[in-house]
Amino acid sequence: MKFIEEYRNSELARKLAHRIAKHTTRQIRLMEFCGGHTHAIMRYGIRQLVPKIVEMRSGPGCPVCVTAIGDLDKAIALAHLPGIIITFGDMMRVPGSYSSLQQAKAEGADIRIVYSTLDAIETAKANPKKSVIFIGIGFETTAPTIAASIIKAKKEGVENFYVLSLLKLTPPVMRALLESGEVKLDGVIGPGHVCVITGSHPYEFIPEDYGVGYVISGFEPLDILLSIDKLVEQIESGKPKVEIAYRRGVKPEGNRKALELIDEVFEIDGADWRGIGNVPQSGLKINKEYQHFDADNAFSISLKPAKEPKGCCCGDILRGVALPFDCKLFGKVCTPEKPVGPCMVSSEGTCAAYYQYGASYE
Amino acid sequence: MNDTILLAHGSGGKLSHDLVERKFLPSLANPLLNKLDDSAIFEASGRLSFTTDSYVVNPIFFPGGDIGKLAVCGTVNDLSMNGAKPLYLSLSVIIEEGLLIAELERIVQSIKAAADEAQVDIITGDTKVVNQGQADKLFINTSGIGIIPAGIDISGANAKAGDRVILSGTIGDHGIAIMSQREGLRFETLLESDCAPLNKLVAQMLKASPNIHCLRDPTRGGLATTLNEFAKQSNVGIVVEEDKIPVKEGVKAACELLGFDPVYVANEGKLVAVVRPGDASKVLAQMKQNRYGRDAAIIGEVTNDHTGRVIMKTKLGPSRIIDMLSGELLPRIC
Repeated sequence: MKFIEEYRNSELARKLAHRIAKHTTRQIRLMEFCGGHTHAIMRYGIRQLVPKIVEMRSGPGCPVCVTAIGDLDKAIALAHLPGIIITFGDMMRVPGSYSSLQQAKAEGADIRIVYSTLDAIETAKANPKKSVIFIGIGFETTAPTIAASIIKAKKEGVENFYVLSLLKLTPPVMRALLESGEVKLDGVIGPGHVCVITGSHPYEFIPEDYGVGYVISGFEPLDILLSIDKLVEQIESGKPKVEIAYRRGVKPEGNRKALELIDEVFEIDGADWRGIGNVPQSGLKINKEYQHFDADNAFSISLKPAKEPKGCCCGDILRGVALPFDCKLFGKVCTPEKPVGPCMVSSEGTCAAYYQYGASYE
Repeated sequence: MNDTILLAHGSGGKLSHDLVERKFLPSLANPLLNKLDDSAIFEASGRLSFTTDSYVVNPIFFPGGDIGKLAVCGTVNDLSMNGAKPLYLSLSVIIEEGLLIAELERIVQSIKAAADEAQVDIITGDTKVVNQGQADKLFINTSGIGIIPAGIDISGANAKAGDRVILSGTIGDHGIAIMSQREGLRFETLLESDCAPLNKLVAQMLKASPNIHCLRDPTRGGLATTLNEFAKQSNVGIVVEEDKIPVKEGVKAACELLGFDPVYVANEGKLVAVVRPGDASKVLAQMKQNRYGRDAAIIGEVTNDHTGRVIMKTKLGPSRIIDMLSGELLPRIC
């Protein structure tokens, strides 16, 4: 496959791994923010390629995983109203406090999975008498298309279309993690897809305020190895900065058009993150002009108090404080077949990656 | 006859008889079926193999096939994977009222084409019609009977250390072709389902070596699931090389887009064989002679290490565990 195989070249990977090993003089700890990176790291065995003194921690970059359990309960409650719920696939199996969307579907709720938000609009048009609620999760990556769908719904008068916005922003949560000081980091592998939208500027505070390097990475093995190499270089030279190691996707200023779409429809608000709590200014709420489409505004539901699954370490794992092995449930009580927490469900979840690609085999 | 299937077509009365006699019999006729008795009677001796499977694919027509072709090939292949020569099939059809008769005719035609290719007869059958919403257009169940030649002993529990693992061709074609047609996921692709009867391929392989240890068609759950089944049933380890596994460019691209690993994507016209090391090249050469084995390759071998586990040597060098598929394949979101 052109433009992909080139980034999986084993010869170059070995050379990069060798360089990283040669240049690393002390134990360092890096965080890959994005769940997509965690999966690529596990899938291609990158932990086995780099020296043991380069420790990798996963971050809160899995949209399904960071969805607060209370928000999940809300989505499930909405599913029990008459009408149609539309969601991205991974959300289906995540256990809420009392149920899951999958369970709600088995009990008769009409829940459909889409790949693109714009398909949700088509469902709304095809079912004009039913309310169609899209569960809007994700980061800056999914926000522009969700915004575009809301704009389209307004323009075309699709009045039965609603979005439950659980969208989150990455720079504020990075700040919250670094500010807490709970986990000491030497460098961060920045989420490539997010930065295609945001650009690199919003992350300048990471080296400036916290002295931590930030290298934006693509998702192929060579991208990740190159980013580790750049971080090692920064750490060894004592000059942390923001760098883009994903030039084919990311421009420093980001994607203006996409950012405008987000601005048009959303306003910034606090958001609840699983394992982290409420992070100010880290969420996107539908603004006044588009409030007709805001499911939060359109439907009133009462919820029982949320309760976190007992013994689940997803929160610690999302903050980079723990690895899946540190969780007593991992691989025993909690497996992809019977997940306790979201990190074992999502295709971007850290536990799912460690389980699926058999980290224990190392 | 009307343009769509009505509940009355399942009443057991005149319309039911019309449906069978006009829509099924002309295409599927053979002396055993033509009698239309309550059951078919035939002679057989030796070791028999018996299997059943239900087909509920959505959509019922897809690039490279339809539910009818699938229903014949799937059951023919299940018999073949024990080394059996398929003889007879049953065909049971549950139709949702409102199905276009023209669609039913197309499906019966492809049932006929697939049965002709596999050289099996459909000797008994049933049709039912249910209310709208109680089925999704059309469900089919087929059962099959086959005869196992003397001296053949094929089972997922027969793999031994040193054996070679052979895959008959590219993986993931069926799953991706179906996925490309699903509501909410639709994408353009030139890929077609690999749906095909494999009985002749298996017969050729058995000619090359009657000692084939394991055979299985990696349908739902994909190659990864089949390899894991072998490893667990035989209590052995399996090592495969990512580089050796044939995957079409279009499948690779779709998998990148959707976040799937091709080793978990379904196939309907592929098989995995575990054979003695000395037989591997003979069997492979025979497979390459058959149109359904043209791209066959030795992808790995059986070992006594890491019993019950399948390990893949990745293109980059490191190895990783290939586990069974868990849950349903769902697209990722970012």
